[in-house]
Amino acid sequence: MKYVDEFRDPAKARALVKEITALYEKIPAAHQGPLQLMEFCGGHTHTIFRYGIEQLLPDWIELVHGPGCPVCVLPMGRVDDCVALAERPDVIFTTFGDAMRVPGSKKSLLQAKAEGADVRMVYSPMDALQLAKKHPDRQVIFFALGFETTMPSTALTVLQAEREGIENFSLFCNHITTVPTIKAILDSPDMRIDGFLAPGHVSMVVGEQPFQFVAQHYHRPIVITGFEPLDILQSIWMLLRQMADGRCEVENQYARVVASRGNTAGLQAIAQVFELREFFEWRGLGSIDHSGVRMRPEYARFDAEQKFSVPNLRITDPKSCQCGEVLKGAIRPWQCKVFGTGCTPETPMGALMVSSEGACAAYYNFGDLQELLQRREKEVVHA
Amino acid sequence: MKGFQSRRLQAETITLAHGAGGKAMRDLIESVFVEGFASPELHRLEDQARLDLTRFTAQGDRLALTTDSYVVDPLFFPGGDIGKLAVAGTINDLAVGGARPLYLTCGMVIEEGLPMETLRAVVASMKATADAAGVAIVTGDTKVVHRGAADKLFINTAGVGVIPRGIDIRADRGQPGDKVIINGFLGDHGAAIVDARGEMSLDNSIETDCQPLNELVEAMLKVCPDIHCLRDATRGGLATVLNEFAEASRVTIALDEQALPIRPEVRGMCELLGLDPLYLANEGKLVAVVPAEESDALLAAMREHPSGRHSAVIGEVQAESTGRVILQTAFGGHRIVDMLVGEQLPRIC
Repeated sequence: MKYVDEFRDPAKARALVKEITALYEKIPAAHQGPLQLMEFCGGHTHTIFRYGIEQLLPDWIELVHGPGCPVCVLPMGRVDDCVALAERPDVIFTTFGDAMRVPGSKKSLLQAKAEGADVRMVYSPMDALQLAKKHPDRQVIFFALGFETTMPSTALTVLQAEREGIENFSLFCNHITTVPTIKAILDSPDMRIDGFLAPGHVSMVVGEQPFQFVAQHYHRPIVITGFEPLDILQSIWMLLRQMADGRCEVENQYARVVASRGNTAGLQAIAQVFELREFFEWRGLGSIDHSGVRMRPEYARFDAEQKFSVPNLRITDPKSCQCGEVLKGAIRPWQCKVFGTGCTPETPMGALMVSSEGACAAYYNFGDLQELLQRREKEVVHA
Repeated sequence: MKGFQSRRLQAETITLAHGAGGKAMRDLIESVFVEGFASPELHRLEDQARLDLTRFTAQGDRLALTTDSYVVDPLFFPGGDIGKLAVAGTINDLAVGGARPLYLTCGMVIEEGLPMETLRAVVASMKATADAAGVAIVTGDTKVVHRGAADKLFINTAGVGVIPRGIDIRADRGQPGDKVIINGFLGDHGAAIVDARGEMSLDNSIETDCQPLNELVEAMLKVCPDIHCLRDATRGGLATVLNEFAEASRVTIALDEQALPIRPEVRGMCELLGLDPLYLANEGKLVAVVPAEESDALLAAMREHPSGRHSAVIGEVQAESTGRVILQTAFGGHRIVDMLVGEQLPRIC
């Protein structure tokens, strides 16, 4: 595949790994213990596991897999709300595929569908709008989910629905924002992250500027990163290069897609339709101020939360679940007490086991489970 | 065949009357199935097919018996349809046990309202596929259900075949050093179905790989009678079959990502949707685990057959008794290829 295979070239990967390895001498911090680099985005986590990137890196670099998988961090209460909406007889509930399996406190959307709810998988919010036009006698709700990456397409769909006067279409809005979340991670006391790979697709929308605070206030280097394996290796090299030079900057590795000012038309659409919530609840991380958006009052008639009543209950995460510590890099996925035993992809307890992009699911699916469990046991014995 | 006269079937759609056991049902059976499948056993119009034992005993020392039900939406897709699938699928389930498939049954559950033309087209496709594979459809059953109780048409086929003396293909026979061979491109069927559903409005032309594999298997056994493991990689794809082999044989199977034959358009669709071709369904692909010293000759023979033109060695069996499948990525790393928990779902971003 042209324009894709070029970014998966093993020879270039070897050359980059060599360059990365050579930087060790120039980074004093690396001599104190492994450097922790966080990839925020679930898409990056997926690439790292799919191509086995961790095995290529020297052992003084540890990748911490951040909370950037919108499916994973959805709290159970919100899934319950989805199920309640989907179970209304007048509703066609539309969703991205991988959100169907996320467990609520009682069931997932997949289970609700099996029990008779009209839940349909779509590939874009526009597909949901088409369904609304096709079924004027039904209420079509789109489960709007994701960071800034997916916000413009949802916003534009609402604007189109408004233009065309389609009244039986609405959003159940669960969009979340990147910057307050990175800030929450940086503010947490057990934070040990030395540098960040910033999410490429989010940056394509918001641009470089929103990440400046990471470098300026928290003095951590940050590199906007693409999603092919060479993108990730190059970004790691760029982070280490900054550390070696004693710099802390926002750099853009993904310049072939990300413009420094972002996508102004997309940002405009977002601002027109959405406004910040005071706080939003995350699975594993708890409540984070200003980390979610809701629909502006002008668009209330497209807001499923206002149009229909939803239970809106807060369901706390299971106590034994340590997703929060994994998300902040305080422990590795397999070090969690329930990893691979109480919590598996078949019966996930925590956020990170839910989607294939969650760090725990990735370790479970792509790693050697027995070896990881043995490692955990040994560590417990030593501790 | 005496006493049989084809009646003209007037109805243009299937109604509940066609499953009610009366004249309408008889008309349907005679005019669509008996005429369509055109096998002497079916023409006798008895309640069972009567098969001559000597035809079995002449070809081997064991019977192979299998059954499978087919549900697919849409019924017709690029390169195939539910009928072709129902015949090829059951033939393949027999063939990968080393059996020569001989006879099939055909049970149909039809939703009322199905156009008669659709049913005839499916039957014609079943007949053509069976003929090409040298297999006869010898008995059947029809049920018609209320609208909504089934999705248009479900088909069950059972098949019987004979395993020649000396053939011993089993999932637990994988040996360290064995080579893993596939007979062509991965994931065509799964990708064709996603494509045919039209949800993605992709502008391409991926065709299903649906095909009977009995001839290819026969050609393979001629060159290498000692094939250790052999299965068709249908639902769950290559990854699932290899996990079954690795587990049953208590070995590790190492796959080489660079050796996997995948069409660019299938790769492209997988990239777009976040699907993994290792788990996509195939309907005309088999995976063989064979002694290393025979793999070259076998590969050459497979490539000479139309169903094996793009055959490739994609990995090998290693001694570690992990029961796991490991993929050496083209990028230089490796990862474990596990079985899927449920269905593959497209990723959000």
